[in-house]
Amino acid sequence: MTPFGPIQRDPEGRLRHFLSIEGLDRALLTRILDLAEGFAGVGERLIKKVPLCRGHTVANLFFETSTRTRTTFELAAKRLSADVLNLNIGASATAKGETLLDTLRNLEAMQCDLFVVRHQASGTAHFLAQHSAPGVRIVNAGDGRHAHPTQAMLDMFTIRRHRGGFADLRVAIVGDILHSRVARSQIHALNVLGAREVRVVGPRTLIPTEAAAALGVRVFHDLAAGLDGVDVVIMLRLQRERMAGALLPSEREYYQRWGLTPERLAAVGEGALVMHPGPINRGVEMASEVADGPQSVILEQVRLGIAVRMAVIALLLGYDEAGP
Amino acid sequence: MNPAGVDSLLQGMAGKLERRLEAEGIERPLVVGIHRGGVWVAERLLEMLALEGPLGRLDIGFYRDDFSRIGLDPEVRPSRLPLSIDDRTLILVDDVIQTGRTVRAALNALFDFGRPRRVLLAVLAERGGRELPIQPDLSGIRAELPATDRIHLQGPAPLALHIVRAHP
Repeated sequence: MTPFGPIQRDPEGRLRHFLSIEGLDRALLTRILDLAEGFAGVGERLIKKVPLCRGHTVANLFFETSTRTRTTFELAAKRLSADVLNLNIGASATAKGETLLDTLRNLEAMQCDLFVVRHQASGTAHFLAQHSAPGVRIVNAGDGRHAHPTQAMLDMFTIRRHRGGFADLRVAIVGDILHSRVARSQIHALNVLGAREVRVVGPRTLIPTEAAAALGVRVFHDLAAGLDGVDVVIMLRLQRERMAGALLPSEREYYQRWGLTPERLAAVGEGALVMHPGPINRGVEMASEVADGPQSVILEQVRLGIAVRMAVIALLLGYDEAGP
Repeated sequence: MNPAGVDSLLQGMAGKLERRLEAEGIERPLVVGIHRGGVWVAERLLEMLALEGPLGRLDIGFYRDDFSRIGLDPEVRPSRLPLSIDDRTLILVDDVIQTGRTVRAALNALFDFGRPRRVLLAVLAERGGRELPIQPDLSGIRAELPATDRIHLQGPAPLALHIVRAHP
């Protein structure tokens, strides 16, 4: 059904690349979360480093700008004792006309083991995985509108740490679902982990019409109704270029209809978690008081992202191609 | 070996440890068990000697030297060491010592938490087959077994020792 299953796992079921939540089962996602729990303990120590991936080289290939994702991948690899290369590709190779595969081949020649890839085109990480040398691992750090699986996993880890599990959870994802690779990965992860209900909430122009059937979610075009009774509220970042595309009237109007205000959060309840993948547009997706308030776990998401990325990198580098 | 047998080994270990601590004037040692069998043994020793807790739990999964060959142990748990280990005497406890590689990994892990003054190694069962120059300071029993046999500690309560023979 999905092209991602076979390439992500070897015939024994071990993870070879981490490209998308699609094609992965609950056992594997749970294993990543359990491992992340172990790595979270490393971050609480004075010496925040373990020797697990000593001698491996991780290359961060970011064709699209990123601060949080790139730095947390870098810290994750460094805390595993791997060597890290950060390549700001926009500014170097492609600017000189080098193709994506040439970039990959050159870095493979330098014996990089694992590539963390972000690209504006959907499918880039998958393409690199198909063409990478045996033993080389690819992690998708965001491809176009398609997927951002490590972000989804750090969100799942944050939710599990606060709620213990997923079985009784109602989760609302609010905002620009149409263009959001984060939302797509979150929805798959929540469904695989068995969340009771996943809702998407937003204006008609920003929710694909086939979303309900294709993704297994309930669709709401009214914020109050969409948030009623949920345990977790995930606010998505509104990309400002969407205004230019005539999909939205103005930031002010968006905030009035879809912004998470203290009053709207109070109506959801004191127990609800507020999440956001960052960076936040304060006063567009949510009020500053909400972003900085007691129900917000936004900075915790960032911190836990390191442990989750350590878990993914360690799982991928833990198996030698020639091993048993 | 049945639970009563294991208990008498633990009694023996506790006695040796107590004499050692007294003879060398070690006060307030910190007891650290290696996950999982070592933690079970360490819990018993802490109780028998009425030593000050809490017990340290060390998981060495992130420090193993066979990671690139066999991957991550699916059961890796976060290590929990109480307070600071700087300048304390630690009693590092494991269930069985054979190659010494687990203890090597445990020592590396410990030093990422601080700089202990001294580390004593106590194991329930000691056997041949060392691959590293690491010896226990005290043990409950010393056994000579064919290299292919394994000693397995069953727990957490009651504790029982089994010898698992390799089938030809």
